[in-house]
Amino acid sequence: MKMLVCVKQVPGTSNVEVDPETGVLIRDGVESKMNPFDLYALETAFRLKEKLGGTITSLSMGPMQSKEVLYESFYMGADEGCLLSDRKFGGADVVATSYTLAQGVKKLGNFDLIVCGKQTTDGDTAQVGPEMAEFLGIPHVTNVIKILVANDKGLTVQMNMEESIEIQRVPYPCLITVDKDIYTPRLPSYKRKLAIKENPEIKILSLKDMYDTNEKNYGLSGSPTQVERIFPPESNVEKISFEGDGKMLAKNLFNILSEKKYLG
Amino acid sequence: MAGIKIIKKDVDRKTYEALAEICPFDAFSYENDILEVTAGCKMCKMCIKKGPKGVLVLEEDEKVAIDKDAYKGVTVYVDHIEGKIHPVTLELIGKARKLAKVIGHPVYALFMGQNITNQAEELLNYGVDKVFVYDKPELEHFVIEPYANVFEDFIEKVKPSSILVGATNVGRSLAPRVAARYRTGLTADCTILEMKETSDLVQIRPAFGGNIMAQIVTENNRPQFCTVRYKVFNAAEVVENPFGTIQMMMIEAEKLISKIEVLEIIKKEKGIDLSEAETIIAVGRGVKSEKDLEMIRILAEKIGATVACTRPGIEAGWFDAKLQIGLSGRTVKPKLMIALGISGAVQFAAGMQNSEYIIAINNDPKAPIFNVAHCGMVGDLYQILPELLEMIEASETKDTISEDSERMAV
Repeated sequence: MKMLVCVKQVPGTSNVEVDPETGVLIRDGVESKMNPFDLYALETAFRLKEKLGGTITSLSMGPMQSKEVLYESFYMGADEGCLLSDRKFGGADVVATSYTLAQGVKKLGNFDLIVCGKQTTDGDTAQVGPEMAEFLGIPHVTNVIKILVANDKGLTVQMNMEESIEIQRVPYPCLITVDKDIYTPRLPSYKRKLAIKENPEIKILSLKDMYDTNEKNYGLSGSPTQVERIFPPESNVEKISFEGDGKMLAKNLFNILSEKKYLG
Repeated sequence: MAGIKIIKKDVDRKTYEALAEICPFDAFSYENDILEVTAGCKMCKMCIKKGPKGVLVLEEDEKVAIDKDAYKGVTVYVDHIEGKIHPVTLELIGKARKLAKVIGHPVYALFMGQNITNQAEELLNYGVDKVFVYDKPELEHFVIEPYANVFEDFIEKVKPSSILVGATNVGRSLAPRVAARYRTGLTADCTILEMKETSDLVQIRPAFGGNIMAQIVTENNRPQFCTVRYKVFNAAEVVENPFGTIQMMMIEAEKLISKIEVLEIIKKEKGIDLSEAETIIAVGRGVKSEKDLEMIRILAEKIGATVACTRPGIEAGWFDAKLQIGLSGRTVKPKLMIALGISGAVQFAAGMQNSEYIIAINNDPKAPIFNVAHCGMVGDLYQILPELLEMIEASETKDTISEDSERMAV
């Protein structure tokens, strides 16, 4: 069983703001971490490997610092790591990102199963998984909350819908995106970190390594959407505010709730 | 190759620092006195707009312009489960009518499923010009391959200009699959939509995970896709004399074949539906430990509220994932929202800013939650809540006492 998990490095905090005066983005700290949703994707692959054997490759795209999340995936249990990194991949929207990832997957070989987290915490689109599956020409199932059967032919999974759960049987090769709660992700193992004396080498792929080397299909050039402008969100107009000690504020709150008929 | 090009590489350190200061994505490097843009660049173009002049230039590709007039119609994908139409569909039809009016396009609805033709009639009441119906047994349940193929068939035959899809679990699976097939733009979770006279759809959404709105267009591709969450727009009004028509569509049988097999559909037990709640108390990072939820639950009981949370509440395992408010959770529109110890990043605010009345308690006067709150209280919730509960308690005892004494008097 050959599995691939997509992981992404995201900002540690989401406190990016726009200065309303200058329009410049203000960043609060530069720490970064693995996209929390990817932990569930990795865990899903580990569980399947325990049952069916095989290898797990973690794949990421981004600047060289993104190697960090691939190392983290090693400490959790991934076997190999690959980073797609090229200046020409920069400025990619969902389509260009998914296309680049799909190209990377094709280059790495034939996988039975690709597992993605439901979404990232920075882009928040939840679209890259399905778009990758389309570019790879394989079926996909999103919002998987439970794997009922896993064998050498395929998976039987529960797909979460708003009011129902749809049970689907999907053959390999396929792509699934997993929801929170599918499994509790393990922590990166310190023991494993020590045991891995040397980190497995991370394969770096750039544009020239891809089957499709036409730069028009990547990065900003390959992105059908353009960001015209960014701006701070509008604030509310009519508003009241209170300051003071706890007792006073409690009194104010009590009055508002009574006035609005939530109390009394 | 489009991108930010450096025209003067041998800049001094000060210029680099100025650029590094502006760049929100840490995408400049400076080694051996040479300035470079790294793969971290997200093309926000801040450095071009605000940075030192004469160092960078925005290089754009020359693109062969497509014929936008060949694409007509603002289309709404009819989201449904086994024929039961999701209300987000009506909200999108309402928006589609406004968008289509700007450019004189028709409003279309794309409806695929089994035994749905009667429900299609119903959509005409909301002012749709044409409902395209694919009524096939193979489309009984949502399965990605046949659904995407039907979508493709529709686009090939009708050539719509814009396509609006509800950001339901089905929509979030289907829209990207089809958008990728056409290598066209898809903007997720738009909160504002406008139409340009060029038929470019202006899509505005919170971006970069922070307190930023991004205005996005798909300038040279059609159709242009977007998804919108439930309860962002208002439902279409019913028209007095429906004028639209139904068009039954045919599709080749092999396009309905799927590798995926649907084994069973399990109805979920009706739990608490946060998006329907009228009163919500939401707790954020400011609530320190799980046992502190106790006093919050007491308050919730007193005012008839549902207790929900932001992302940390889910990560800590205090709440069921269904109770998360925000872009990665539920969008809510209650009559009263009390936000306790929530900073109010766009991620959260976008999921609740349409609440009728928002009370925010936070000890940081700069917390962005105060920008969306109608009533802001700068203070410590650990002081305010116990006091408030005491006051409520006292008023209740007073009420009972006075009732008792009245009875005595009688």
